[in-house]
Parts: sequence; C-alpha cells; structure tokens
Amino acid sequence: MFFFIKKSEDGLWLKCSACNEITYKKQLVANSYVCAKCGNYFRIGGKEYLNLLCDDGSFIEYFSDIKPTDPLNFYDVKKYSKKLKEAQKKTGTTDAFTCGLCTIDGVNACIGALNFAFMGGSMGSVVGEKITMLVEKAIKEKLPVVIVSASGGARMQEGILSLMQMAKTAGVLAKLAREKLPFISVLTNPTTGGVSASFAFLGDIIMSEPRALIGFAGPRVIEQTIRQKLPDGFQKAEFLLEKGQIDMIVERAELKSKVAEVFNILKGGKS
Amino acid sequence: MSELSPEFEKPLLKIEKKIKGLEVNPIKNEKEITALREKLSKTRRKIFTNLSPFQRVQLARHPLRPLFSDYLAGMFTNFIELHGDRLFADDAAIIGGLAEFNGIRCAVIGQEKGKTTAEKLKRNFGMPQPEGYRKALRIMKLAEKFSLPLFTFIDTPGAYPGIGAEERGQARAIAVNLEEMMQLQIPVIAVVIGEGGSGGALALGVSNHMMMLANSVYSVISPEGCASILFRDASKAEEAAKVLKLTAQDLLKLGVIDEIVSEPMGGAHLNPPKQFEILSKSLAAALEAINKKRNYSEHRYKKFRQMGEFKT
Repeated sequence: MFFFIKKSEDGLWLKCSACNEITYKKQLVANSYVCAKCGNYFRIGGKEYLNLLCDDGSFIEYFSDIKPTDPLNFYDVKKYSKKLKEAQKKTGTTDAFTCGLCTIDGVNACIGALNFAFMGGSMGSVVGEKITMLVEKAIKEKLPVVIVSASGGARMQEGILSLMQMAKTAGVLAKLAREKLPFISVLTNPTTGGVSASFAFLGDIIMSEPRALIGFAGPRVIEQTIRQKLPDGFQKAEFLLEKGQIDMIVERAELKSKVAEVFNILKGGKS
Repeated sequence: MSELSPEFEKPLLKIEKKIKGLEVNPIKNEKEITALREKLSKTRRKIFTNLSPFQRVQLARHPLRPLFSDYLAGMFTNFIELHGDRLFADDAAIIGGLAEFNGIRCAVIGQEKGKTTAEKLKRNFGMPQPEGYRKALRIMKLAEKFSLPLFTFIDTPGAYPGIGAEERGQARAIAVNLEEMMQLQIPVIAVVIGEGGSGGALALGVSNHMMMLANSVYSVISPEGCASILFRDASKAEEAAKVLKLTAQDLLKLGVIDEIVSEPMGGAHLNPPKQFEILSKSLAAALEAINKKRNYSEHRYKKFRQMGEFKT
C-alpha cells in the first residue's frame, strides 16, 4: 500500500489516497499527516519528520554542504547525474538525508531523517557520510541520536560505494555504543534493503510507525524467489513486532513524546 | 570444460574436443595435436585478456569454479567444523570452524554453494539465512576470544530472500555482523572467490585486508536485478554489469578492496591447485602485514570510514 499526498491546485487541500477524503492542509499537519477520517498515514518527507520530532525552532541543520557526485558515471534509462538533479529540484535538498541538532521535548539530541521522495530514500555516499558525521558529532557532544528511516535500501547508482556505507554506518554506531550514548531508530514506510540491514536495525531501541513495510528483501523479490504469494500483513510493522524484531509500534502523533521518554530514561548524554 | 560453460568459452571447448579426438592416436597425430594445443592457448589468452564485465560475472558463477569447500581442503589443515547458531538452526550455506593455515592456528568461515544438485539444495545455493550469519558471528567471537586470526571466503548470490529469513530478522542479522566484525580485536582477512552478492557478502566482508580473485565480482546488486529494476528490462544484464563497476579491477580503483589475486590463465577452474597456491601466498603476506598493526579494529574502521565519494 502506498501513501502519497495529492496536491490540489492551490496546494491548500490534500486528498487522502486511501479514502479520498479531502483535508485542509493545516488541519492535516496538526493531525501529524494522518487522515482524520480513515487513519491513513500520508507519506511524508524527512523534513516533515524533523518538524514532527524537533521542538519548534530548535533544529539546526548540519552537514548540508555534503553533496552527491556520480562516481561510476552511472546510467540506466537515464543518467544518474540527471536523476540527481531532478530529485534535488523536486525535494529542494541535495540528497536523501537531512540532519542536525535539536531538542525533543527539551532533550538535546542529534537527529536525522531520510526522505523517500529523494530517489527512494536510498543510501549512497552522501547519506552514509552524513549519518557517520552525525554520529561522530553525537559522540563529540555526548548526545543521543535518533534517525528516522524511509528507504528502499542502498543506492544502486553508486554501486559498491553504497554497499560500503552499510559497514561505515554500522562501524560508527559501534563507537557510539562504546560511549554509552543511546540510538533510537525509527522505521517508517518503507524501510528495506541496505538501510534495514545496517544502521536502521542497530538501534538500542527500534520503533516503527503502524503498518510500515519493513524487511531485508522487498516483497516482490521474495515472491519471485519462492514463487508463492506472501501472507497478508507479511513484513508489516505489526508482523515484525510479533516476530520479535522491533521494540514497539508508535503512532506518528506519539513519536516525539515516545523518543523523549526513552531518552529521559536511558540518559547517557547531556540533558 | 563443461556443457554448462559460458558461451565465450565454447571456442576453447571445441578445440579441446578436437585434441581429445586426435589423442586416440597420439603418435600419428602428434604434429596436429601440438598445433592445436598452441592454438588453444593462444585463443584462451586472447579471450581472457579481453574479458567484459559480464563475462567475469559468468566466470565468477562458472559451474566448474572452485568453491569454498575446495579452498578449505586445498589451503587449510586440521579443519574442525563448528555447527549452529545456538539459537535456531545450522545453516549449511555457511561453513565455518577452526583450522590451521601454514601451521598458524586460525578460524575460517565462508559461503558454500554446493556442487551436486543435492548439495546445492542442502546449501541453498550459498544463500545464507539469518542463522548462517549468526553462526558466522559466533565463530568470529570465538576466534577473538582465543586470539585467532580470521579468514573469510565470500561466494554468494546474496542473503536468502525468503519468508523464514524475514521472520527471523535477516536485516538485523546482517547489520549486527557489520557492527561486530568492525570491532573484532583480531586480524580479519576476506577474499571474494566467486560472487560477492551485496549485503549477504558484506556480512562476512568487514576486514583489514579485502581481496578479490581476478575473475570474481562484488556488487550492491546482481546485474540481473539491476537490469530489471533500473533498466526495466531483464535482458540488459550485460549492460548493467558494465555500469555497476563490479569487477575486481573496478573495486581496486574505487578503493574498496586492497588486492587483486591473480588467477591461472583461463580462470581458477582450469588449475585449482595453482589457484590455492597463489591465494595462499597472498593470505600469508596479508596476515604478516596486518599482524604488525597495533589496533586491528581501528585499522579496519579507518579503511571503511573513508569509503564513498562526495563533494563539499
């Protein structure tokens, strides 16, 4: 199931993709981008998640000067360099990860969020580097870390270099753990592939939004491999909770307070 | 040679068949045989000095290519296999245990694809389940506890994408291996002997010294997967292999691996004993070099820390 925002002509009204209900944008934002009528979660970007989690005006962006290149001179039906430009234009960001420092219900923290709208939230060199730098910043400032994931996995267009970001981010998180600083990983729809198989599943606490698709392999790949239909609800957050793979499912509107609550108990950093 | 050999090897197969036919009467056909042998080696040289990336993929998956079990038998002594992850099962897609290498006590772990059909099924074609990665990690930690260097052999199409694998946390299993391997306080040497299939390969690949056999490949996604997802055309695998930059030569240039291990002319399958000898020398040299490092885990992390390309 895909959730997306359909903009009306003036951009003030948004249509729910599940029930077609039309909601005033301000109202939707106030409701944490959840359809008031049917409870459908609108797919939102990294910046919206930062708005949801950070105290008003507390977010200071870091490492925004790290920009992608095209190390392999990659092309498929389109050149990677062109795809990058299109994604940058569409999202207004240089790559798929936005991060910085903020307070969450008063708790100082390092925060970052992937943006699915930027090439499927895929992790290439920039995403890997920014996550690493964010965690290094957390170590230096003795702060807890929270990262919101929404990603199809490693960015194929940067080939093996994307794969190596998995090891790099896992490695820096090992350093964070040694400093006894907490890392909360928030999984949203979808979190799969090289992102789930690296930093996203290394949280001290792993929380997920309801109904988010979470897994290693995508459902299509699994269906093609085993040649059978997947059971209903397979790889959904509720399924992962039942199988013991995540700590909790948290409603979008509760994410901020839950993150702060956990940080307040784990402490570890500056408060 | 095998009937399943890739297309580009077929001219060699033809010549070999001819030679075999003539060898019925070697004295009478001596001249012709000599000429054909020369032609064979010339043709082989010509083919193998101009391999395309996709041909390397085919060699990496060659039906006669030596598998991990061959390297284990050919390069290690006193192997003691260890089974199971102590949690769920013993995954036959990964073989691991204790052994000696050149008289040095060590741990060795690798993916095994299997040779016969029955064995391939038992080994799940070298595609590990989460319990395979957890078994591997258990052996790594054991090696660390007893200060044994660790050798890993990578040969997998990828981690298995199945229902059970997802239920038991394939993503988490791989992620934990990455984090834990990075911290091992022992020398870790990894070699891709065939296919390095994405995260499923990397989960054994966080090493101080990373090498690839000259005709092995290591990639974020298979060329077939890339073709069907990005090119939206499954028949574009050859082109995908080219753009993905997945050969040992590419990875060395990208700073992802430390060494290319040469293969006998015509590929590892033409002369496995020779291949074991070449690789043994590389492993020994790598181990000697790493032994001199003061902090194995920090050395490893620093290598990975600088991987990636971006601009500021």
